[in-house]
This record gives sequence, structure tokens and C-alpha cells, in this order.
Amino acid sequence: MTTRVQLEIFEGPLDLLLHLIKKNEVSITDIPIATITEQYLATLEVMQTFNLDVAGEFLVMAATLIHIKSRMLLPMADDEDDEEEGTDPRAELVRRLLEYQRFKDAADQLERRELLTRDVFVRSAAPAEEIPAPGFRDVSVFELLTALKRVLDRLPKDVVHEVMLEKITVREKMTELLDHLRNQAKILFESLFAEVKTRMEVVVTFLAMLELVKVRAIRIFQEEATGPIQIEAAAGIENAPAVLAMPDPEEDQHGT
Amino acid sequence: MEREDIKSIIESLLFVADGPLTIQRLGEVLEGVEKEDVRSTLDELQAELENSRRGVRLVEVAGGYQLRTAKVNADWVKKFLGGRPARMGRATLETLAIIAYRQPITRAEIEAIRGVDVDGVINTLLDRSLIRAVARKDVPGRPFLYGTTPEFLQLFNLKDLTHLPTLKEMEEITLPEIPGEELPLESGEEC
Repeated sequence: MTTRVQLEIFEGPLDLLLHLIKKNEVSITDIPIATITEQYLATLEVMQTFNLDVAGEFLVMAATLIHIKSRMLLPMADDEDDEEEGTDPRAELVRRLLEYQRFKDAADQLERRELLTRDVFVRSAAPAEEIPAPGFRDVSVFELLTALKRVLDRLPKDVVHEVMLEKITVREKMTELLDHLRNQAKILFESLFAEVKTRMEVVVTFLAMLELVKVRAIRIFQEEATGPIQIEAAAGIENAPAVLAMPDPEEDQHGT
Repeated sequence: MEREDIKSIIESLLFVADGPLTIQRLGEVLEGVEKEDVRSTLDELQAELENSRRGVRLVEVAGGYQLRTAKVNADWVKKFLGGRPARMGRATLETLAIIAYRQPITRAEIEAIRGVDVDGVINTLLDRSLIRAVARKDVPGRPFLYGTTPEFLQLFNLKDLTHLPTLKEMEEITLPEIPGEELPLESGEEC
């Protein structure tokens, strides 16, 4: 499968960890390492299902988490002549998370300033930077993956393995999704998968959605942090034929 | 020259200027006018534009003064200009924040904070002239140290680096000092 999601959309293992910590409503300084490790690994698994190029950094962090988890299980050795003597095995990770969080906050603060070519302009100004519509927040990839995991979990377990090549192409799903959006201004992420029966079809539907985001035909957003994930047509649905004239994302992935 | 004349001339100069105009430069053009008078005239002009809710405002940015559109009119200006180049993504913004607060800083040090490779982002930031190599660090490999540019200050509407929003304090944790001497580049200069 050559359909790949560019890695830049993931901000990295620290970002994923912060997301999980926030989701579990726990403190950075007292991370329930077993729970977080489990969820971290589960997310990597979902990422791998989609052949997302899970970068080495994510795997290094996985190893770090497992290492910390194992050290937490050992009793503290007071007499050991170790430089890490008596320290919480999580300390270094906590330090990194806090530091990263600090710069994430700084980035937010910078973004809230009066940005040139977004909020204010000078004579012979450069073209406007695109800004998201007010009132909506962008959905992070992790939230998207969590939502997808819910869909996958709902599927009946594949008891029999049918050897049958069902031709559902990403392109077909893209067309279908755009057709939906012609009739309805917004659709719920979960409703995309209402009729879907197989894991393969979930994957194809999800990829079709990502393709449409990539070519900016649709937008994915939430109205609030815990609200339902919604999908709407981006600029104007009349651009849709142009979208479908794009090279078929599946063209070079037959036989998968 | 009467004060109103000076103000009028300054407004014209600000209008034609390509970038932020320093008091120094204004003083050179307005021969015989004291720098203090230039400064107070700028303050007056700034207050006038602000108070009468004009469509352009005078802001102090990147060490100089510049006329910029009022924020309330942003949507109209955007509608007029059209276009929609890519907005600044999270990776770019976070990397830029790290460089802004920790400059001068090497690629490896940024990667240590973000936990991911930043080569692509650094190149984008260099292309957009928001950062530049300011020196080389005296450690093996002599990696470049990066810092922000005046374009960075202009983009984020900052007077200078001391006006960056204050970083939130990290509870109970102190950050280690980054070791290593700095070697200035020949062309390197402060912004």
C-alpha cells in the first residue's frame, strides 16, 4: 500500500503522550504509567493498521515507556550504587513532557498575536494566510484515530476469513462521501461507517476521507473538545469534479 | 518646521516605506528635527489613528514604526486580497516558538525538546526568512545555531525579542543550562 499520510501531521510521541494524559485527566507529574503505556501502544497499532509510517521516535518512546513501567514494578533499591538512586523512574519523561508542554503553550500564545497577513496587513501585503473559521477547532489526528478505533471495535470480529476480493476503491468512497455532502451540509464522522461491515471497508472509507482532506475538498472539525467529529465540504462542492480528476490514490496499490 | 508639518511628512514617509522605519532613519530624512521630537510626533500620530478608529494604525514593530491595517478590518482586507497560501502548521509554530525563546539553538537541541526530527521544518523556516543561522556551536561537528530574524518580529507583531510573551514557569522543575561556547559567524549580527 503506497497511500501514506505525511508524518508532519503528527507532532510526535510527546504530543501523543500529552494527548493521552489530557484525555485520562491525570497529572503530568504523576502519570499512571501502565494505563498510558497501554493506550500509547494501542494508538501505535491503529496507526500501523493504516500503514502510517510510524516513525522511529514513536517506537523509541514505546520502549522508554515499557522500560519505565518495568522499573516501577521493582522495589526502590536504596543501597544500590546507582546514580539514579531513589529517583522516580518517570522523572526524566516528566521533565521532557513539561518542557514540551511549555513550548506548545508558547506556540499558542504566538498564534494569538496580531499576525501579519492574517489579522493585520501592510501596504503591498502578501496574500492572506488561510485561517480556520471561528468557533471550530481542528480535530487532531489522535482524536481522529481514537474515533476510528471506536468504529473498528464495533465491528463483529472476523470469524471466518473470506477469500473474496471486494472491489471498493478509495475513489468510489471519495465520490460517495462527496455525494453525501451535496445533500447534507455536515455529516457526522461516525455516520460514515454506519453501513460498513468489514475492516477493509472501514479502512478504505477512512483513507477516502483523508484523501479529500488532503486535496482540501472537505474539512473535519469539532465544535467543542469532546463533541462529535463532523465533516463538511470545504470551499465549494462544485470543485468536486476537479478533485476526482486527480490521480487515483489507489492506482499503485493493487494487490494489497 | 511646524509640528503639524513634521507629522504630515512622517506619515508620508511611513506610507511609502517598505518595512518598519526606525527613528534613526526618520531623523536622517528630517534634518534638523530632534530625535525626541520625531518620537513624540510618532506617538501623537499613533494615538490619533487609534482614537479616531482609522483603517490604518501605527505600530512599533521589529525596532521601527510601520503602518498596518486595523485588525477589525481583517476580513475585508482578506476578501479584497484573496488567495489562501498554507497557514502555519503546528510543527512550524512549535519549532519557531522553541527557537524564539531558546536562541541561539541547534537543530539537535530543538529535536530534543520536540522529540521529533525537525529538518523539514527548519528548512521551511529558513526559506520564509523567519530564522537564520547566527553562529556555530563549539561542539563536535560545529552545528549551526539558529535565531529569529526581523521578519519573525514583523510576522508576530513584536517590538523586539524582549516583548515575547512570558513563558509559563514549569512547576518544580528547573531546566538544565545548555552547555557549549558560541562562535559568532562572520556575517552574524543581532536582530
